[in-house]
Amino acid sequence: MTATSDREQMAYVSAQAADARVKVELDTGDMTLNIGPQHPATHGTLRIACQLDGEQVVVAEPIMGYMHRGYEKLCEVRTYPQCTTLINRIDWLGSFANEVPFILAAERLMEIEAPPRAQWIRTILFELSRIANLALFLGDMGVQIGALTPVFFAFRDRERVLNQIEEVTGGRFHPNFDRIGGLKDDIPKGWIEETRSVMVKMRTFCDEMEDLLVGNEIFQARCRGVGVIPPEVALGYGLSGANLRASGVDWDLRRDANPGLAWDQVDWRVWTHPDGDSFARYWVRLQETREATHIVDQLLDGIPSGPIMAKVPRIIKVPAGEAYISTENPLGEMGYYIVSKGDLGPFRVKIRTPSFNNISIVPWVMKGVYVPDVITILGSLYFILGDIDR
Amino acid sequence: MTTLLALPYWQETGIKLGLALAVIPTTSLILVYLFLFKMMAFMQSRLGPNDTGPYGTLQLIAEAIKFLQKEDIHPEQADRRVFRMAPVVVLASTFLLYVVLPAGPDAVVQNLDTGVFYAMAVSSLSVLGILMAGWASANKYALLGGLRAAGQLIAYELPLILAVMGVVIQAETLNLQGIVEAQATGEIFGFGAIGNPFILTQFIAFLIFMIAAQAELTQTPFDMPVAETELVGGFHIEYTGFRFLLFFMAEFGTAFAFAALASVMFLGGWWIPGFDVDDNILNVLGPGVMLAKILLVAFFIFWVRFTYPRLREDQLQKFAWKVLIPLSLANIVLTGIFKVVF
Repeated sequence: MTATSDREQMAYVSAQAADARVKVELDTGDMTLNIGPQHPATHGTLRIACQLDGEQVVVAEPIMGYMHRGYEKLCEVRTYPQCTTLINRIDWLGSFANEVPFILAAERLMEIEAPPRAQWIRTILFELSRIANLALFLGDMGVQIGALTPVFFAFRDRERVLNQIEEVTGGRFHPNFDRIGGLKDDIPKGWIEETRSVMVKMRTFCDEMEDLLVGNEIFQARCRGVGVIPPEVALGYGLSGANLRASGVDWDLRRDANPGLAWDQVDWRVWTHPDGDSFARYWVRLQETREATHIVDQLLDGIPSGPIMAKVPRIIKVPAGEAYISTENPLGEMGYYIVSKGDLGPFRVKIRTPSFNNISIVPWVMKGVYVPDVITILGSLYFILGDIDR
Repeated sequence: MTTLLALPYWQETGIKLGLALAVIPTTSLILVYLFLFKMMAFMQSRLGPNDTGPYGTLQLIAEAIKFLQKEDIHPEQADRRVFRMAPVVVLASTFLLYVVLPAGPDAVVQNLDTGVFYAMAVSSLSVLGILMAGWASANKYALLGGLRAAGQLIAYELPLILAVMGVVIQAETLNLQGIVEAQATGEIFGFGAIGNPFILTQFIAFLIFMIAAQAELTQTPFDMPVAETELVGGFHIEYTGFRFLLFFMAEFGTAFAFAALASVMFLGGWWIPGFDVDDNILNVLGPGVMLAKILLVAFFIFWVRFTYPRLREDQLQKFAWKVLIPLSLANIVLTGIFKVVF
């Protein structure tokens, strides 16, 4: 604290008194604005209770739970193979990526290792669902800020990726394809070439987004310096994924804690951005989408031959024990803590979803911003409602 | 000046009034179909409406019928009388704009000597309606939208008027017909075959006019009053059915009117090179020429709308007061100097 002169002290006190008088006389009270539960910017049913002073946010509090489906509890009354059906529906835009950590955790408990071919195809599908997920974000961010066109491009090009996923798994959105000990099926004939051409198209899509949004002055004016999250705050709130990397923290579970998938077999890099604002979050995701297409390209080149399934008993009983596996999902760190008592199903499953933690920073980051920035920040934090309320 | 048809005053007035009443639904239909449906779909690699009628041309009729069927809902807390009046006020300002828009030497409802002044004055009436809608809806989103609209439209009225001043100084008249004549009889360095469309000399004013019109029409870089993703429609959030249709028609009717103003003041209006300014045939050909020019201008308005993201309210105000207004003042000074020198 610096010492202030008496005169400054007086000026401060009288200014405060004048403000108070205006408040009493004019009753310039705050206005409560509920953004959500039904609001296009919340991608579902998140509610943000904002106290507004004019258009400035005084307090913003996210209220979640409107879509709570009790998946952790439901998992307890299901067998392990049945659980993946539920888990698909947590982050519904990158479904396959949800299955992987759960299956890996179960595999660790059973001390089974999937054959290398299965691991590679898993990684490819994982990255494909990352591309499908992030592509939608790249377009949707434009819509949040008012540009109508990018989101249609995103839907158009995401469809190509979904088609590739569908061709292997049979499901566009909810593949339910990962099995303990491997995968349900092998990839179909000709799929590798098709996927390669889709990856080229996705890179073109990334270039389009770069032209339409990243290079756009209005987009930059709306995003740069909005919702700045310093690295220590980001770590403190448990942010993960691109939100954390956009704050300059070089942290990626694919590289740092690879649970056995094929990421260490290919050459790729982790993108970070020092700024920590909404623009950085967009930029990092754009680069990650591009990087993911390169990862897929490299993986397609070197899929090893061999079986797709390890030797697994017909009736899966997981021995007693506990395991936690987390992977770097499109939205951030997604982990499953499985407690088994040796039954057909898990005794307890704790799901650590990235969006839940990512959204917890909202009260901190939204203090004093304007209403349009609330939408920008929400858009750039990129949550999926099923991922918040599972 | 001879007229094509010699009619008694009341018949002429009746025809003009009927045309003016028919013209707003038609024009907004043209704009919505051509640009909002088809061009937007093309830009976003979609098909757009294609089932209703040939190439989906009747889609808007279907939409209008749908709107007419809907229930007219008032929010419980709404100030009913104001709530009902607001869309009418907005649409009235659009109607009044059409009164002075010329489409030929005689094809104009009322040839006012102060046409430019009148057009600018009535176009700002719509702010009143929007503010009424925002306030009377008893909805916080609508209130925010209404206040944003008020702040924005007032800020952009100034550059709009100041940009037009350049044209007025060059044409030496406030009469829109006079401005067309001045462009038709003008010369560029002694070359008068295509007249002198003011876009050539007043390009700064044209740019400012288009930007300010974009804001006045609440089209995308400046569409904070409606802002679908944050205010979910802003001032018209509580309107349903026919009242919403009125807002909708007013929006596109005004877009058409502003495109018409721009083509009259900057692109030479209804005049065709090679004809006399008061040639009777221009009463027939003029509307076609005007329509072509209007669609060209409207194309740019909607092109920007579909391409750009939205600015923030404070950025918009900064842009208006710190960039557009000084620029338009400089344009007036420059125009004045050139007027004296040449």
